[in-house]
Amino acid sequence: MNKKVSTTEEQVKIRQETKQIFKRFGKKRGNLMPILQKVQGKLGYLPQEAMLEIADFLEIPGIDVYSVITFYNQFRLNPPGRHSIRVCLGTACHMKGGYITLDAWKRRLDIDRGETTPDREFDLDSVACVGCCVMAPVTVVDGKPQGKVEPTKVDGLLLAFEHEQEKKSKNENG
Amino acid sequence: MKMADLSTITSAFQEIKNRAESHWRALYDSGKPVIMVGTATCGRAAGALEVLKAIRGELKRQNLNCPVIEVGCMGHCYAEPVVIISKPGYPSICYGHINPVITERLVKEFILGDNPCFEFVLGALEENDLVPSFSDFPRAKYEKRVILKNCGHIDPTEIDHYIAKGGYSALVKALQMQPEQIIEEVKRSGLRGRGGAGFPTGQKWEVCRRAVGEPKYVICNGDEGDPGAFMDRAILESDPHSVIEGMIIAGYAIGARYGYIYIRAEYPLAVERVQVALRQARKLNLLGNHILGGDFNFDIRLFQGSGAFVCGEATALVACIEGKPGIPRPRPPRMATRGLFAKPTAVNNVKTLAFVPQIINNGTDCFAGTGTEQSKGTAVFALAGKVVNTGLVEVPMGTTLRQIIFDVGSGIPGGKRFKAVQIGGPSGGCLPEAALDLPIDFDSLTNAGAMMGSGGMVVLDEDDCMVEIARYFLEFTQRESCGKCTFCRLGTKQMLEILNDITQGRGKIDDIGMLSQLAEDVKAGSLCGLGQSAPNPVLTTLRYFRDEYEAHIKEGRCPALMCQDLVAYYIVPEKCERSCDACVGTCTVEAISANKKRIKVVDQEKCVKCGTCLDACPPQYNAVVKLSPPSEVPGSE
Ligand SMILES: Cc1cc2nc3c(=O)[nH]c(=O)nc-3n(C[C@H](O)[C@H](O)[C@H](O)COP(=O)(O)O)c2cc1C
Ligand code: FES
Repeated sequence: MNKKVSTTEEQVKIRQETKQIFKRFGKKRGNLMPILQKVQGKLGYLPQEAMLEIADFLEIPGIDVYSVITFYNQFRLNPPGRHSIRVCLGTACHMKGGYITLDAWKRRLDIDRGETTPDREFDLDSVACVGCCVMAPVTVVDGKPQGKVEPTKVDGLLLAFEHEQEKKSKNENG
Repeated sequence: MKMADLSTITSAFQEIKNRAESHWRALYDSGKPVIMVGTATCGRAAGALEVLKAIRGELKRQNLNCPVIEVGCMGHCYAEPVVIISKPGYPSICYGHINPVITERLVKEFILGDNPCFEFVLGALEENDLVPSFSDFPRAKYEKRVILKNCGHIDPTEIDHYIAKGGYSALVKALQMQPEQIIEEVKRSGLRGRGGAGFPTGQKWEVCRRAVGEPKYVICNGDEGDPGAFMDRAILESDPHSVIEGMIIAGYAIGARYGYIYIRAEYPLAVERVQVALRQARKLNLLGNHILGGDFNFDIRLFQGSGAFVCGEATALVACIEGKPGIPRPRPPRMATRGLFAKPTAVNNVKTLAFVPQIINNGTDCFAGTGTEQSKGTAVFALAGKVVNTGLVEVPMGTTLRQIIFDVGSGIPGGKRFKAVQIGGPSGGCLPEAALDLPIDFDSLTNAGAMMGSGGMVVLDEDDCMVEIARYFLEFTQRESCGKCTFCRLGTKQMLEILNDITQGRGKIDDIGMLSQLAEDVKAGSLCGLGQSAPNPVLTTLRYFRDEYEAHIKEGRCPALMCQDLVAYYIVPEKCERSCDACVGTCTVEAISANKKRIKVVDQEKCVKCGTCLDACPPQYNAVVKLSPPSEVPGSE
């Protein structure tokens, strides 16, 4: 299973936030997917504590929750980074060099697919077609599909993030 | 339905329609130019939201208050972002490749002035003497827009636009018919499911209507799992009500109480737009209890998938809605008799449902009058890859691949040679030049080893490696296999490993025989369509492009110069210009340096083969080349 969340404080918080979400749902097994989506929407991922709460609420075994989570590509077991990078590896993007783009992101961020940078700034994953194949190769950056992302554009996008960061810290300091 | 109900329904709808029409007319009656910006996902990826912001900003600066509306995708995705301006006295003109700077000019020169800025015109929507119209395009000869008719021309978040264009009148008509009569009409139209298998829709509905069990369900399959297709996304984003209307009619015909629209998680904008559309339909009582005051009750919920290709398969999709892992089950029992929550369920594709209102409104003959003997109506394709006019096309069934790729799509860009077209996604295959004159319908493509699938079409040129594309699809299906059947779970894995070996230069000559054997076994030994069709990409490439497999295996050479392990980048010293440093600066891993004579050299150890140098080298020098096998690089052993 996923890494234990560090502090009990964080665990308590996760449990509370998860329970908040139950208010809008009945205790039906059919609500499992929507609940998981909402919890992930809130927490950014599905920690063990959240899974256990959900299993309790729906009165189903914890392993059933875990099996659903690991079956579907969208559910994450690791905390997200502040910025999400999703490289499209659909057919059109692959044939136009999406795999080269993915390599470039991996190289620059120094992490693999499905991982988050140690400073939790970026998480990297692939996605199978976001439906704008005509802009191939596509990378979805923070939910926004960007067209024609080749290695040089990867560097450009990262530079833009750096600038933003600098601006922010300048504002904070001055 | 009872007579009293009927007049209530028609008068209730008349009121709605009047309001919608005056709302729509008001847009144009103001006498101001109306501006439409295509903001579907494809437009957004190209910067449509920035364009929208720029238009609004510029109009404000100029103190103009023209209506600006967001529309969906017209299908001319190659020209995104797209803007349509309808100015009184001019035809409606569509502009392509717009950016904020051009926007400013359009406002200043066309909206304020009277220069239609011909240099940015894509085409006019109607025929006129001023600018060439879309109907003059060579592609117009082949296109026939039935379910794409509204896409890009109405605001998908305004139900009134849909109604003003004739929407929901098919529902009203249907509610005045007997359910059996509707089923009969759909059967007579010859409509076959657009989700891939081509199952006759009327027949499916009939079984479902007759099945015992309450409540019954209608499910709209918007999973669109083929990783290179975007027809269903475009329709859901651009004209969601057409699908909803089709579903309500299906619900009435079957006797269903509830509907689900299942949309894949990768389509957040489609989810958003469908949610808005459902809310609006409910508000006008086109959905919910006592629809339009009659005695039919039907409501639709939206269900968001979570990323699993196999969930497009109807039984897996139902498992997913039930909150379980999406694992298919054997049929029979068929969905129509035992589906969602073990009740009779009709699962239909987005496009299938979008056709329904058209059939009810225009009569079955109109639908059956297009297409071929066995495949009626039109087909929608998402054209992507190495083709000039990427985007959406809708053509009558029976149009040939060549007409779609070369006439509608305008052929291959960059003067490259056509090699193959991948059709049907992971379940389909790659067809060569020789197959281009095949008419596209459900049956002829299957005979060629591919299948129509739901409409994804990726064009491949001489730079695309056929072994690599087979490997790519196998990697996809292998990962997406739910793991239930041994052959699908392990067979695809073995096939993938062999293909990995071949593309990485470790192939053995026996591999080809082994691949074919495994392919047949996986086909035969799998329960659902995923496993049964997973070998198709391998089988078709083996059938039509065997020589490429052999070049990889025997010579360690990738003829298309695509497989990274089998190519090397080399700078031809005689062509390299001493004073130019373009490649050195762009190399993402600093693998290029200049030697004593200022000739640039690639350090093969450091090179990650990303190809940036090849793009960076100015065309007048053209000094960077790809060589395969890598031993072709002078000086390597
Ligand atoms: C692996 C697999 C994936 C599928 N994916 C889709 C899909 O994304 N969209 C779809 O409409 N049908 C898909 N289907 C077909 C459905 O099982 C079903 O036949 C279809 O939704 C029925 O609708 P239709 O009769 O309107 O075509 C898939 C089938 C298989 C085996
Ligand atoms: S293949 Fe990348 S968006 Fe479709």
